[in-house]
Order: sequence, then structure tokens, then C-alpha cells
Amino acid sequence: MSYVIEGRTGPWELVVGLEVHAQVISQSKLFSGASASYGGEPNTHVSLVDAGFPGMLPVINRECVAQAVRTGLGLKARINLESRFDRKNYFYADLPTGYQISQFTHPIVGEGAVEIELADGSIRTIGITRLHLEQDAGKSMHDQDPTRSFIDLNRAGVALMEIVSEPDIRMPEEAGAYLRKLRMILRYLGTCDGNMEEGSMRADVNVSVRKAGEPFRTRCEIKNVNSIRYVMQAIEIEAARQVEIWESGGSVDQETRLFDPARGETRSLRSKEDAHDYRYFPDPDLLPLVVEEAWVESLDAALPELPDAKRQRFQDEYGIPRYDAGVLVAEQATADFYETVARGRDPRLAANWVIGDFFAALNRTGRTIQDSPITAEGLGGMLDLITDGTINGKIAKEVFEDMLESGESAAAVVERRGLRQVTDTGAIDAAVQAVLDANQDKLAEYRSGKDKLFGFFVGQVMKAMAGKGNPALVNAALKKVL
Amino acid sequence: MSLDPATVRRIARLARIGIDESDLHALQGELNGILGWIEQLNEVDIDGVEPMVGTGHAALRMRDDVVTDGDARDAVLSNAPDAAGPFYTVPKVVE
Repeated sequence: MSYVIEGRTGPWELVVGLEVHAQVISQSKLFSGASASYGGEPNTHVSLVDAGFPGMLPVINRECVAQAVRTGLGLKARINLESRFDRKNYFYADLPTGYQISQFTHPIVGEGAVEIELADGSIRTIGITRLHLEQDAGKSMHDQDPTRSFIDLNRAGVALMEIVSEPDIRMPEEAGAYLRKLRMILRYLGTCDGNMEEGSMRADVNVSVRKAGEPFRTRCEIKNVNSIRYVMQAIEIEAARQVEIWESGGSVDQETRLFDPARGETRSLRSKEDAHDYRYFPDPDLLPLVVEEAWVESLDAALPELPDAKRQRFQDEYGIPRYDAGVLVAEQATADFYETVARGRDPRLAANWVIGDFFAALNRTGRTIQDSPITAEGLGGMLDLITDGTINGKIAKEVFEDMLESGESAAAVVERRGLRQVTDTGAIDAAVQAVLDANQDKLAEYRSGKDKLFGFFVGQVMKAMAGKGNPALVNAALKKVL
Repeated sequence: MSLDPATVRRIARLARIGIDESDLHALQGELNGILGWIEQLNEVDIDGVEPMVGTGHAALRMRDDVVTDGDARDAVLSNAPDAAGPFYTVPKVVE
């Protein structure tokens, strides 16, 4: 499968690289002891270090370093045992020091790779160029006052990981798959909550176009796109814009652009003349960051099982199809739920129920797996009743719906409503006879060769038994008399 | 290396320093003087010498991930010339 943009002069290829800013999960900030938690009263999660007071010195948070190392390991990337911090200088009101502490020449994590899977089942590897640690800026509010902007520094100094991909992405769909996979890995690792709506994961998108076989042409950077859908839309729109420019004889300027989803366009954010010259230089307040190999190994040993490995294990251990395994590992909570249900039971039956009725019920009721009225143990208990023949598959759906409403166990629901499957052959034979007696006409048709009516008789018997007949026994009893 | 007047103007702009056109020539001379002085370093032969980032082999000391600071809005805002409630304010900046 390939993606081309059809221009007037022929097909164009898309080239995309992504820079993802992922907020590190930690108690305190990267270089100060102020809280990194979200949603405090304005300017209360701020130390004098964050506010850029003179003479304040940054001291690095070990956990933030550990989170970056874990993420690097999860991206199968090289961990640089020695890295450095640089100052990236720019003027903005929500950056009180006048520079962001970042890692320019020596990032903590080097090359890695993320494997993505597309809708058609094909698999591609997207290269990771680097991951580095840096500080977040504060927040400006421009709509509070006619002449002034208001500044809240609660976010200033919170640790971010900037994860830079190689320009390996060739389709909008690949960009979406890459972001989803990256988010999944970050969530499994517990290094970033991956919440794009709240801004704890944001993407800068580098887009260029070229004719097949050409070297890269000039790229534009679309800043701060805050949803996966918007990333995919922005890429399509920006690529079309660039094709139009090249084809009308113009040339694309390297610049920073903004995606406006309401208008469906990208527009220039900073003119070239104003382009930032960040004047990077090593931060004289910070010595080189040195991490011990043994420490990295201990972090590696403590990593959770990651999605790709878990998916493979689910296929091998539970014998479920790759697609199902992929659905089940999408969220760690779902995978854990499934494993609790599947343990000691028929794993395929468990997968069908979790992916089918259980997910549908969560969707319908607007619940999540965390506040689901049916626990994994509860669903497992119901499967036990199917397996031991207490209820049949059809009644199980009824029991499931009841459990959803009442919150009771499957066994309690079956008792209360008398849904126990009838395996008494005497009762089944009686029901069969009653149905045949009441449908003499159909019986005659069947005997004259209308085999399809067998299903009709099964249905009638089950109906007469309020759905509680054991389907195998009902079939056997019917076959015998017919 | 020597700076032309356009580069001096650009540096001033990046640093958000307003300069008079009449000062440009003098600044150009001063900046070129500084650069020329620094350029003496180019005379040192550093072939095969590892980059040195500091004296001694000290590495960054790390701290534990605990909240030890913050909740000091009054102190944080104490030097703000025009605070409004819990916020700093600045002349409106809209790109």
C-alpha cells in the first residue's frame, strides 16, 4: 500500500517526521522541588528556581532521568550514559529565565525504533532519532484582560521528553499509527499519561513532499497539534498546499506553521525573518549528566511487559488470533482484565466475551474498565457456568445483561431467575413431543423432505423451555423422534 | 570573522534590544573587537584533544523526586510590577 498525492505534474510522495513532547510523570519538577501535578491554583506550584529569580540553581530530579531512560529502553533505543544540558534561548513572557534548559548536542537517548501496524495488516518500522529531557514553559492567557496577558508558571519547569522520529513516515495513516503506538508504550511504561486533550502529549509535525527518488525538499513544521486525528488532517492539508506551491513554480519556505482545524488550513506562525535563533550553549549551572550502566540495567529489569511482547505472548499462550490479541493489549488494564478472566478457563471463550459483549456493554453504558459493574472475576464466574453446563450460551447473554444491571454474581442471577439449563432428558422429550403435537402440519412437511424445518423445531422447543434447554440434548432428542 | 551592520541589527532584534541607527557603527566596531579577541583561540592546536566540559570529572548530583517547594505565591509574585490576583501580567502578547 502506498500513499501518493496526485498533482497536475504527476504523483508526489509524502515525507513526515514527528517531534512528540511527552510530559514526564513525576511528583516534582525537573530542576526544582515544586509540585509537577496538574491543576493547582495559579502560581502555587512554583519555586523561585522556576520563576527565574537571580542566584537560584537547578538540581536535577533522579526520577525524571529514570523515566527518560525507561522510555528509551521501551523504544529499543541507545541510552547515552553521559549527556548534557544546554540553554535554548528565546524571549517569551511565560519563560521567566529567558531560556529553556534542554539537551541539544548530547541527548540522554539516541537511536531507537517503533514498530507500527497499519489497517491492512502491514508492519513498518519508524526510526527514532533521539529523546531528550527539557523543561516545559508556563502558560499565558490572552483573554482575561484587554491590554494584558496573564501568566501562570505552574507548568514552568515540569519535565518533558521530546521524542524525535526519523522522517520515515510516508502516509497520514502511518503518523496516526505511530502516535497511537508511542502513546501505548508510554502508558505501559508509566512515563507519560499520553493524554493529548490535556496537552500532556503534543506533536510537532514536519512535512515535506517530493517526487519519487528525489532527495528531501524543504519542510515546514506544524506546531502543537493536539489530537491524532488533527495530525493526520494537518499532514494531508499541508502536503496539498506544498504540492500546489511547487507545481505553480514557487518554492516552499522553511517555516513554522499552525494548523487551524476549524478552517481546515495551515498558516504561517512565524515569518522567516523572525525565525528563532536559539543560541544554544552548554548550561554552566549543570555538570554533565552521568548515569551508571548498572542503574540502567536495573531499570531495564524492572520494566513491565510491553505491548508487542504481550501481544505475542497472548497469541502463543492463549492461542487467540493476532487481531484479538492486539485489541486486548491496547490498554494495560484491558490486558490485565482479560488475563484474569482467561486464567484457568477457555482463553478463546474469554477473548470472545471480553472483546464482544463486555466491550459493547462498556460502550453502551459509558463506563470504563476501571468502573465496570462486572469485574473480571465476575465475568470469569459466568464463563464457569457456561463451561460446567449450568447455563447455555444464549442464556449467558441474558445473565450477563442482568449482572450489568444488578451487579450480582452470575450464580446469584441464575438462582434468582431460575435460569439453570435443563439437562433432564425427560423434560426435554416432553417438550419435544408437545411441539410436534402442536405442529402436525410442519411435521408432515418435514417428513416429506423439507429438512430445513429442523431449525424451526429446535427454535420451538427452546421457546417452550424458555431458552433453558441444553442445545445439544434438544438436538439429539429431536433427531431421535424425527 | 567580521559582522556587517545588517547582522548587528539582527542580533539586536533577537536580543530584543532597541538600538539607534547612529549607534550601529560603534556597536559593530565593539562587537568585531570582541570577536577578534576571542578568535585568538583558533591559534591553539587541538587536534586529537577530547572536548573538555569542565575541570575535574564531576557529574551532576541528582535529587529525590519529592515535593519540597512551591506554595509560595506571594514570594513568587513579590517582584512582579503589575500582578493581577494570582497572576503575573505582561503587555498583551499575541503572535
